[in-house]
Amino acid sequence: MRGLATLIVSRALNFQDLCDPSSACRHLLPQGEKGEEESIAENEADSMTTTSLPASMTSKTQAGAPAASADFTPRYWLFSLPAVLVIGAVIVFPWLFTLYMSGQDWKIGGGVEFVGLGNFAELMKDQRFIESMGHTAYFTVLAVVLPIVFGTAAALVFHREFPYRGLLRTIFVMPMMATPVAVALVWTMMFHPQLGVLNYLLSLVGIGPSGWVYEPSTVIPTLVMVEVWHWTPLVMLIVLGGLAGLPREPYESALIDGANDWHMFRHITLPLVWPFIMVAIVIRTIDALKAFDTIFVITQGGPGTASETLNIFLYLQAFQFYKIGYASAVVVIFFVIIIMLSLLLLYARQKSKWNA
Amino acid sequence: MTDSILKPTRRVLLAGGAAAIASPFVLRKAQAQGAFDWKKFSGQSIDVLLVKNPRSDLMQAAEKEFTELTGIKVSAEQVPEQQQRQKAVIEFASGKPSFDVSGISLHVQKRMAAKGKWFENLEPFIKNPSLTAPDFDFADFGAGPVAYARQADGALDTIPFFVDYWMVYYNKELFDAKGVAYPKTMDEMFTVAQKLHDPAKGVAGFVSRGLKNANVPVWTSLMLGQGMETTSPDGKLQTDTPEAIWAADLYRKLNKETGPVGQVGFNWNECQTTFMQGRAAMWLDGIGFATPLEDPTKSRIVGKVGYGVTPPGPKAHHAGMFADGMGISRGSSKKEAAWLYLQFMTNKKNQIAMLKAGAGAPGRSSAYLDTETIANSKFGKQYFDCLLASAKIARAGLPQIVPVTEFRDVFGVALTNAIGGADVAAELKKATETFAPVLAKSEQG
Repeated sequence: MRGLATLIVSRALNFQDLCDPSSACRHLLPQGEKGEEESIAENEADSMTTTSLPASMTSKTQAGAPAASADFTPRYWLFSLPAVLVIGAVIVFPWLFTLYMSGQDWKIGGGVEFVGLGNFAELMKDQRFIESMGHTAYFTVLAVVLPIVFGTAAALVFHREFPYRGLLRTIFVMPMMATPVAVALVWTMMFHPQLGVLNYLLSLVGIGPSGWVYEPSTVIPTLVMVEVWHWTPLVMLIVLGGLAGLPREPYESALIDGANDWHMFRHITLPLVWPFIMVAIVIRTIDALKAFDTIFVITQGGPGTASETLNIFLYLQAFQFYKIGYASAVVVIFFVIIIMLSLLLLYARQKSKWNA
Repeated sequence: MTDSILKPTRRVLLAGGAAAIASPFVLRKAQAQGAFDWKKFSGQSIDVLLVKNPRSDLMQAAEKEFTELTGIKVSAEQVPEQQQRQKAVIEFASGKPSFDVSGISLHVQKRMAAKGKWFENLEPFIKNPSLTAPDFDFADFGAGPVAYARQADGALDTIPFFVDYWMVYYNKELFDAKGVAYPKTMDEMFTVAQKLHDPAKGVAGFVSRGLKNANVPVWTSLMLGQGMETTSPDGKLQTDTPEAIWAADLYRKLNKETGPVGQVGFNWNECQTTFMQGRAAMWLDGIGFATPLEDPTKSRIVGKVGYGVTPPGPKAHHAGMFADGMGISRGSSKKEAAWLYLQFMTNKKNQIAMLKAGAGAPGRSSAYLDTETIANSKFGKQYFDCLLASAKIARAGLPQIVPVTEFRDVFGVALTNAIGGADVAAELKKATETFAPVLAKSEQG
């Protein structure tokens, strides 16, 4: 039930976000140089054109084109029916059902009892729930900021011309292609405090062994490290796409005006690619919030409850303790958080558009 | 002679033909002497839900033989343990499970199965000679496992085909190097661990699970040394008694003072790796984890592993017991065919196969008397001695309640906190207070 709600939200948002920047790309494309990196932007632009295909199918009515958008005849509703049905079945119904369940006290195998807001009241008193919110915030902030910084830096590096750039870029992007669970299992082996390769490497440079994920104080930073390794390439790809579309002229005039590299980055590059970074931030935030597989496979929320994020807490309540009502209440809270955060980020992104 | 073969006389042909025709009859007769008709439900097909493990692999391998014998088609599915438990709970709660036979972990879902009326009582099947082959010999199943599988109301709703006893693996080489003997009491376990603990060499005196949830059986196994389980026979929590505190304190000392760094995040697999690499002198866990220890491609201590029975505690001598059972869904419409499957998969031959493959300790006693298997096994005599001795003193390792997972979670956190330095008595008291209402509620509904 967790998966459903969050997945749906994130899917919906991701989709929108992936399409949106491409419209920004289209503004940029004609001016930019045709590099390989544009293929990403172009792909997105392609998806835009494919999504707008149905419009060309109705081109018969193009004579009365201006009226077409206001055509709310029964035929119009008929065409929207499949989409409405699908959305109703896979988004609206589960969501309403979750909302309904959050007001019930139901443990699988027992009876259902209406408790109103009782589940929420209980959650507010639940120490582990409060702690898990803290862990989620801690994890999310680190797992968003670090990949954004490293990803942007990497994009700037790979944007330059140098030998074997294509090859190195491919290697850099590889972590992203790996299956999260497989990745998590390999990392777990490397983290082993006595036998893991990481502590061996530390010992080579004379540093004592670290507890990594086996130590409550280092577990979240360590998990973030895995997340950074895994998802920095994604940020890099997005920002690289943005960089590829930048116009040449501002740099030329800046050079004439005597600007140095830092000035050019700070006052030209950064503002121009900011919309892309914002997209990356939105995607990363949602991904980090719903991070589950890595944490579950590596620590299962441990040691103790030191890495128990909202998702892990939710999973425990719903699928280990079978407290469906209680878990639904967590989903509702989680949903509200995600929606608010997404709105905030979308608003910030709108603000950041230099070409808006 | 060759002539007679090439050009046989009529008499030779007739005789040979008669023998050829007669032989299947003779064989069938011999089987019929058991007066048991395996083919009764031929043509039916059953669905089976299994947990992913080597025992289920063996069962799937034996399916072909079963189908040939009975004409019953089997469609079995192996699901990883955690997901299998969820699937069982959800499907049984729906009242119409999609499977006719399911395996469960008795130490986790026994009480839940009874309350939810998951399984059919098997006793009428066992007693019915038209449904149970005479060589099935139910009495062969160990008294301990059978008592464990039996529900509070006396019904036997699963066959306990796999048992796991908790014992101590120890590294003989490390013991010999320091001239230390295997501990005779639980308290001595700690002093021995202290003597063998050598962090400078990367060797821990003792290793056991520290990860919350997984760590609870370690504590309960120690608590059995006080002759006490975590719940009383009438279902009251005994988790903040002086006995429970003693066990948790011993757990804390063993792990904190003589355990490896990071043990607080260890599940059985980390413990196993540490022990297999010769980095721990003792490891308290289930005997079912022995398989890779004697595998030279995985273990550095092949032939040096000692298998010790859990030492006696101050008041009693027990080995924590965990077991898997298999039962027939109450909602199934093919119960008889399902029973034939269950009967076949838990017969003597297949139980010995389990022991032979190193897939775990079977529930049948006769399997352990199969000297040929024991002699050919890569595990030494000590392993089998440990198994038999543990079987004799076995006692339930986890409380027989509905919310076992929540129990393990809540007390698991308390134990982890204790290793982290928190006060043991206070942690147990807090956990008991948190868990008591959950338990009370689970018995109401």
